Amino acid sequence: MEFEAPVIDWAVLSPVLVVLAAGVVGVLIEAFVPDRVRRAVQVVLTLAALVGSVVAVALLWDRVATDGFAFVVNGTFLLTPFTLGIQAVVAVLAILGVLVIADRTRTGDDAFAPTAAAVPGTTYEDAAREAGLQQTEIYPLVLFATGGMLLFPATDNLIVLFIALEVLSLPLYVLCATARRRRLLSQEAAFKYFLLGSFASAIMLFGIALVYGFAGTVSLETALFRMAQPGGPILELMPALVIAGVLLITVGLLFKIGAAPFHMWTPDVYQGAPTPITGFMAACVKAAAVGALVRVVFTLSLGLDEELRRNLEVGLWAVAILTMLVGTVAGAVQTDVKRLLAYSSIAHAGFLTVAFVGFSETGAQAVLFYVLAYGLATLGAFAVVTLVREQDADGVVLGEATHLSHWAGLARRAPWLAAAFSLFLLSMAGIPLTAGFIAKFGVFSAAVVAGAWPLAVVGVLASAVAVFFYVRLIVLMVLTPPAEDAEGAQDAEVATEGQDAPDLAADGAGSSAAAGRTLAPARTLRRAPVVVLSSRGFATVAIVICAVGVVLLGVVPQLALDWAGQAASFRPVQP
Amino acid sequence: MDLVNYLYLASILFALGATTVLLRRNAIVVFMGIELMLNATNLALVTFARMHGDITGQVLAFFVMVVAAAEVVVGLAIIVTIFRARRSASVDDVNLLKS
Repeated sequence: MEFEAPVIDWAVLSPVLVVLAAGVVGVLIEAFVPDRVRRAVQVVLTLAALVGSVVAVALLWDRVATDGFAFVVNGTFLLTPFTLGIQAVVAVLAILGVLVIADRTRTGDDAFAPTAAAVPGTTYEDAAREAGLQQTEIYPLVLFATGGMLLFPATDNLIVLFIALEVLSLPLYVLCATARRRRLLSQEAAFKYFLLGSFASAIMLFGIALVYGFAGTVSLETALFRMAQPGGPILELMPALVIAGVLLITVGLLFKIGAAPFHMWTPDVYQGAPTPITGFMAACVKAAAVGALVRVVFTLSLGLDEELRRNLEVGLWAVAILTMLVGTVAGAVQTDVKRLLAYSSIAHAGFLTVAFVGFSETGAQAVLFYVLAYGLATLGAFAVVTLVREQDADGVVLGEATHLSHWAGLARRAPWLAAAFSLFLLSMAGIPLTAGFIAKFGVFSAAVVAGAWPLAVVGVLASAVAVFFYVRLIVLMVLTPPAEDAEGAQDAEVATEGQDAPDLAADGAGSSAAAGRTLAPARTLRRAPVVVLSSRGFATVAIVICAVGVVLLGVVPQLALDWAGQAASFRPVQP
Repeated sequence: MDLVNYLYLASILFALGATTVLLRRNAIVVFMGIELMLNATNLALVTFARMHGDITGQVLAFFVMVVAAAEVVVGLAIIVTIFRARRSASVDDVNLLKS
C-alpha cells in the first residue's frame, strides 16, 4: 500500500503556523544566542511573529468572508469568518500582552524570576539574582500558548480541539509559576491551575470519547448530522451517551472561560501569577475559549432536537446567571486589586454566556465585539497594576502594591495612570462612551432578541452592582488621601496571615537586604509606601493603545460592529 | 465477550480517578487520579474504535498518551517546586491564596 500525502493548503494554516514556528525558533534561540542579546532577540521575534499572524489573518479575510469557510484536510482545521475574527482578536491582544510582559520598568527587572527553578529564599536564588540572570523562555512559552489559542476555535475536530486545549494550557501552567516576587504565591497559583486545569481537560476528554462512541467520528459536524438522524450510528444503544458527552465537553470549555460553578481557580490563579501573565491569560485565553465554546455549542445545538435544545438553553441560563452573580457579589467584597479584577473577569464570562442563549448570529457578533472590548480593558488594567509598586524604607522597589488601601490617592501621584485605570474600570462597568457599554448593549440585546429577556434583566442588575465596586476603586484613587494617612483604619483588615507569609519568604528584591527583610515583621512591609514606576516604554505603549481602543470602540463603534457582524457567520458548512 | 463490559470498566476507572482527585490530599496521588482518568478515557476510546471498526479512536488514544506525558513533565515540575519550597506536597498546605 502506498502512502498518499494529503494536500495541505498552507495559507489557511498560516496564522497559527507563524506563531508556532516562531515558538520553535525561540527555543533554539535559547540554546544558541548569547546571553546579552537573547532577550532583545526574543522580544523582537515574538512581536514579529504575532504581527505576522495578524497580517496573515488580514490576508485571509477576503477569501474566507467570500467563501464562508476555508479548510485543511477534510475540515480538521476549519476557518470560518467567526474563527478568523477570534484569531484576529487573540493575536492583537497577544501583541499588547507581550508588550506588557517585555516591560522592565525603571528598576531594570521584568516580572519574572531570574531562575524559576530556584527555591525561594535560598542563596542560589540570591546568586542568580545578583548575576542578573533572566528567564527568557517566557517568550517562546507565550508563543506556544498563543498558537494553541489560535488553533482552539479553528477546528471541528475533537482531537484537534483537545490538543489545542493542551497546547494552550501547558505553557500557561509554567508561566504562572515564574513570578519574580511573591514566589510562593506564584508557585501555588501554578499548582492550583495545573491540578484543576488538567482535571477539567480529563473531563472534557471523556466527553470527547463519549461523543466519538456515539457518532463513530471525531468531527463535530459529522457527529451533528448523525445526531440529527437517529438510528444511523451503530450505537443507538444510548442517546444518553451523546448527551453526557456534550455536557462533559461543555464543562471543560466553561472551566477555561472561568464560568461558575467552574470558576474557583480564577481568583487564586489571577492573583498569584505574574501580573503581565495574568493580563495575557485574562484577555487572550478568555477570547480563545469563548470562541471555541461558541463554535462547539452552536454547532451541537443545530443537531439537537427541540427538547434537548431547550435543556441546553436552560443549562446556559443557569450558568450565565450564577456566573454573573458570583462575579459581581464576590467582587464587591474584595480587598486585593488583582482578585477584584479576577472576579470582574468571572462576571464578564457570565455576560458573555448571556449572548449564547438563542444560538443566533447576533449572539456571535456580540461575543466577538465583547471579547475585544473586554480584552483591551483587562489587559490595560493589569498593565497598570504592574506599575504600581511597594517600596521599602531604603527605597528598594518591591512587588506590586495590590491591596486596595495602597491605591488610595493614586490620582495625585500619577494622574495619567490613574486616569487610564479609571477608563478601563469604567469600560468594564459598561459606562456609555466606552467600549464596554457597546459590548454589553450588544450582548443584552442579543439575549432579548432570543427571547431571554429575564436573563438580560439579571445581566443589567449585575452590571449595576458591578458599577459599585468599579466606582468604589475610582473614588479611592481620586478622592481618598494616600495610604500613609489612612493606614490605621484599614490595616486591621489588611494583614491576614496568609498574605504576609509569602511576602516574608519571597518578596526580596535587593540582594543583601533580602535576608534582613525576610526576618522583618510583616507589619513594616505592609506600611511600605507606594511608588509608581515609569515603564521603559513597552507597557506605556500597551496602556495607551488599550485606552485609545477602549475610547474609539465606545465612541465610534460602527466600524468594529460591522466587522464583527461580517465575521459572525459561524454555522458549519452543509455538506 | 461483550465489548460493552470494557466501557463499564472504563467508566468505573474514570469515576475512581475523579474520586481520587476530589478526595485525596497528596498532590502526587491527586495527579495519579488525573492520569487514571486519562487512561480510562483511552480504554473507552479503544473500545469504541473496535465497536465502530474505525481506527480514529486508536489514533486519539495515541494523542492522549503523548499529551499525558507532556502533562506529567509540567505537573511533576510544578509539584516538585512546591515541595522543595515548602517540604510538603499536601494540597491542604497550599493555602496562602485565600479570599
